[in-house]
Amino acid sequence: MSAEPLETRLRSATKEVVIGHGHRFCIIGERINPTGRRIFQEQLRAGDFSAIERDVKAQVEGGADVLDVNMGVPLTDEPDLLAKAIQLVQSHTDLPICIDSSVVEALEAGLSVYQGRALVNSITAEDDRMAAILPLVKKYDAAIIALPNDHDEIPMEADKRLDLTAKIIRVATTEYGIAQADIVIDPLAMPIGADTGNSLVTMECMRRIRDEFGVNMTCGASNVSFGMPDRHTLGAAWLPMAMTAGLTSAIMDARSPQIVDSVKAADVFLNHDDWGMAWIAAHRAKQAASA
Amino acid sequence: MTTPDDVLKGLYDETLVGNAPRVLELTEEGLALGMEPQSLLFEALIPSLEEVGARFERGDFFVPEMLIAGRAMAGAMERLRPLLAETGVETVGKFLMGTVKGDVHDIGKNLVNIMLEGAGFEVIDLGVQVAPEKFVAAIEEHHPDIVGFSAFLTTTMPMFKANINALEKAGLRDQVVVMVGGAPVTQEYADAVGADGYAADASACVKRAKDLLHKRRATVNA
Repeated sequence: MSAEPLETRLRSATKEVVIGHGHRFCIIGERINPTGRRIFQEQLRAGDFSAIERDVKAQVEGGADVLDVNMGVPLTDEPDLLAKAIQLVQSHTDLPICIDSSVVEALEAGLSVYQGRALVNSITAEDDRMAAILPLVKKYDAAIIALPNDHDEIPMEADKRLDLTAKIIRVATTEYGIAQADIVIDPLAMPIGADTGNSLVTMECMRRIRDEFGVNMTCGASNVSFGMPDRHTLGAAWLPMAMTAGLTSAIMDARSPQIVDSVKAADVFLNHDDWGMAWIAAHRAKQAASA
Repeated sequence: MTTPDDVLKGLYDETLVGNAPRVLELTEEGLALGMEPQSLLFEALIPSLEEVGARFERGDFFVPEMLIAGRAMAGAMERLRPLLAETGVETVGKFLMGTVKGDVHDIGKNLVNIMLEGAGFEVIDLGVQVAPEKFVAAIEEHHPDIVGFSAFLTTTMPMFKANINALEKAGLRDQVVVMVGGAPVTQEYADAVGADGYAADASACVKRAKDLLHKRRATVNA
């Protein structure tokens, strides 16, 4: 007995993107994020947003469907920075945005200037996080990414993650009036370098979340290869496996042709790409570009 | 017939490749031969972990290799620690480590722990989601030279300040060196919260920790 597969609709001012089981995989570009990028951090502190323009262009050309925007720079006015970055990104692309912050005020600032229907990144199963963020998701008619972990350590057992997923869906739908279709679960893709059993647990979670709740899922796909050599090959192998287990989107490196191509190829085999027309069109575009 | 030299070489080589069962066996063999616990520690385990850290630093070793080497050493240390305590052997310093409250990220912290152990520090790891009062209690219990706060999120970094405030309130601030680190942390931020030290990566942390201890001991002895 499987739950009905749900569709999550995101929009910019002019474009709609649908995340769903049976749809082509939704690639959320991860690059507009200053974590671990010291130069980018310094530029942002100095009010220099030029790197964002380059990052938007590279990810759009790489095949991103949605762009994640994170402005987590310490000792800055993150709400102001995030609002400015979102406006800037929207002036350069019509792709919808995933507004990414752990600071509630920054999420609200971002949502208030965003044109369209955003994806908000993220809440956990912690009551105070849900209470702070879900009313904003409702007010601004957005969709929300939710991580099934609470105030303890990240649960390593699939059962615990399923329990927390059930809790999030129950609380978000009944207490905050969020549609189940607008809840995108992040089943927690942990680095394989820390424990080679991690991926099997995550994929078990994906299958069960898809079958029991029908909701969409996303995750930080680059995380799985952290600390390992040849990360792009690992990412390119992992994503099609995760897609088969029910992952419908990922926050990932949209600039890597190896990873993006593996996703598009998996879409053909999973029957998300009718007659392989998108695959064939991409092939022609590449031919034309190299001619 | 196994000789003490075989044991030392074996411990070095097997720690390097993270063979935990073999490292434990060799530790037992060494003790059975009447070798001193500190000889096993300072002549084999620590040099091996130091080499692991150096290879990681150069990009020749990867995260899993660090972790299994650290685990192999930890297994031997569990056996040796009570014996070392009896002999009153001096380590480079005692480092109390933990990821701050609200934060569950631990890989970076674990890598730093391994590098510190490779440099001869005794590391006491409190794990993740460590509340200020837990740091205070652990400092009172273990009397570390340095306490390290790790945070991976811009929202959990303010816990550095909360932890330092808790140390001040408990009258412990002057007894320990405070170091902070984690992906989003900067020197500027470390200064702003009143930490004594910051390092951008694991090997920088080891150098900084040694410098800070050196300075502190110089001041105390002066």
